[in-house]
Amino acid sequence: MPVVPLSPDAGPQVVLELIYRLKIRDVMTAPPVTALASEPMRAVQYRLRDNGITGLPVVDTAGRLAGIVSMDDVINALDTGRIESSVEEFMTRQVIVLEDDMPLAFAVTYFNRYKFGRFPILDREGLLVGIVTASDIVNSLLVAMNEEVERLEARLSDRMAEEGNKVEGQTRLSFPVVHFDFENAGKASAEIKKALKARGMDQQIVRRAAVASYELELNIVIHSLGGTISCLIAKDRLEILAEDEGPGIPDLEDALREGFSTANPWVRSLGFGAGMGLPNVKRVADEFFIDSGPGRGTKVRALIALKQGAKNADSGS
Amino acid sequence: MRTQDLEKKFGFKPIQGEFVDVELAGAYTSDLLSDVMANAKSAGVLVTIQAHKNTVAVASLVGISAIVICNGRECPEDMVEAAKGEGIAVFGTALSQFEVSGRLWPELGASAREKA
Repeated sequence: MPVVPLSPDAGPQVVLELIYRLKIRDVMTAPPVTALASEPMRAVQYRLRDNGITGLPVVDTAGRLAGIVSMDDVINALDTGRIESSVEEFMTRQVIVLEDDMPLAFAVTYFNRYKFGRFPILDREGLLVGIVTASDIVNSLLVAMNEEVERLEARLSDRMAEEGNKVEGQTRLSFPVVHFDFENAGKASAEIKKALKARGMDQQIVRRAAVASYELELNIVIHSLGGTISCLIAKDRLEILAEDEGPGIPDLEDALREGFSTANPWVRSLGFGAGMGLPNVKRVADEFFIDSGPGRGTKVRALIALKQGAKNADSGS
Repeated sequence: MRTQDLEKKFGFKPIQGEFVDVELAGAYTSDLLSDVMANAKSAGVLVTIQAHKNTVAVASLVGISAIVICNGRECPEDMVEAAKGEGIAVFGTALSQFEVSGRLWPELGASAREKA
């Protein structure tokens, strides 16, 4: 059984996103209880007892990490009758540390790899700024997961309220899309496809709507802070609308060029980020509108006409 | 050729075996999901190394009925579940995409070209 029963490479995307989004500084205890190398082990014994902890980092007078002492070292000092000797004689000098701006996932990996009870945390300048234990991680993850579940539940009830929301012969289906939620990516498009199929729409039209909504949905998952994808079904047209909360596209011309992508290597390794998303949407749409800019959201509207002689998805124009 | 021939004729290992056995219209080989979206059409078979749930979503959206996962990549449980839900067959093989495509070509090449 690992110390923190989580894998940084597998599991629900929501949890993966959490352990990469949370930084070690968000979960560490700061400032940490410390000891000086010159103090007697007796001082450490009392400090551990008074603070209800089982180990602490040792620092020099400049606040730099010099080592770590634990309950075991105190017991050893007591056993050998050297409890009044200096910390320096008992501390472990080869200490494995983490940095405060590393993602929490690193700490999870370290706990499971090294089986230590605690890791001292250094800042970029190498100064000791905190300490992290497995229970720090478990506690802060529970809090973060609770918030996440609440948010997902709220979105679910919004979505149920919107379902079947009909206006004068038009139907609008609307779905929230969450950043980096690859677990559910494609669900909105699948729902839209099902709804259109159920209405007995032409296969080519359904296919074009599916391509447009899937690409736009994945764009929100990969690039945005989160957003909504919706499909308006009117008598004469389908409108796929994607709206997100930012961060916006700096250069639309680049974004619309086939092969251009800003997706990270991890996203690319999943087969996304080929730079074909928006060009694919444009290709299957009869009309295509995009509005975006740095610091605001992106809005994309793809219109598919429901008339005879409409564009064929496979003509590749 | 039909879906079940992927196992019977080519010896690919069925990973998700709950599917409707259909006549396959062709095949498409790609690891880029947007490329699959754009170009696979209702290809019948998708030959890829992308062993995850999103591949099933794309296959379902473009009407692909079987996925062949190459290079012995393992399919996660949620992918198999998703494929089961969509009735999409999933096969595994130690062969590469190139080798699988080569083997499928004599059977499905003509229809793939016709559709292109």
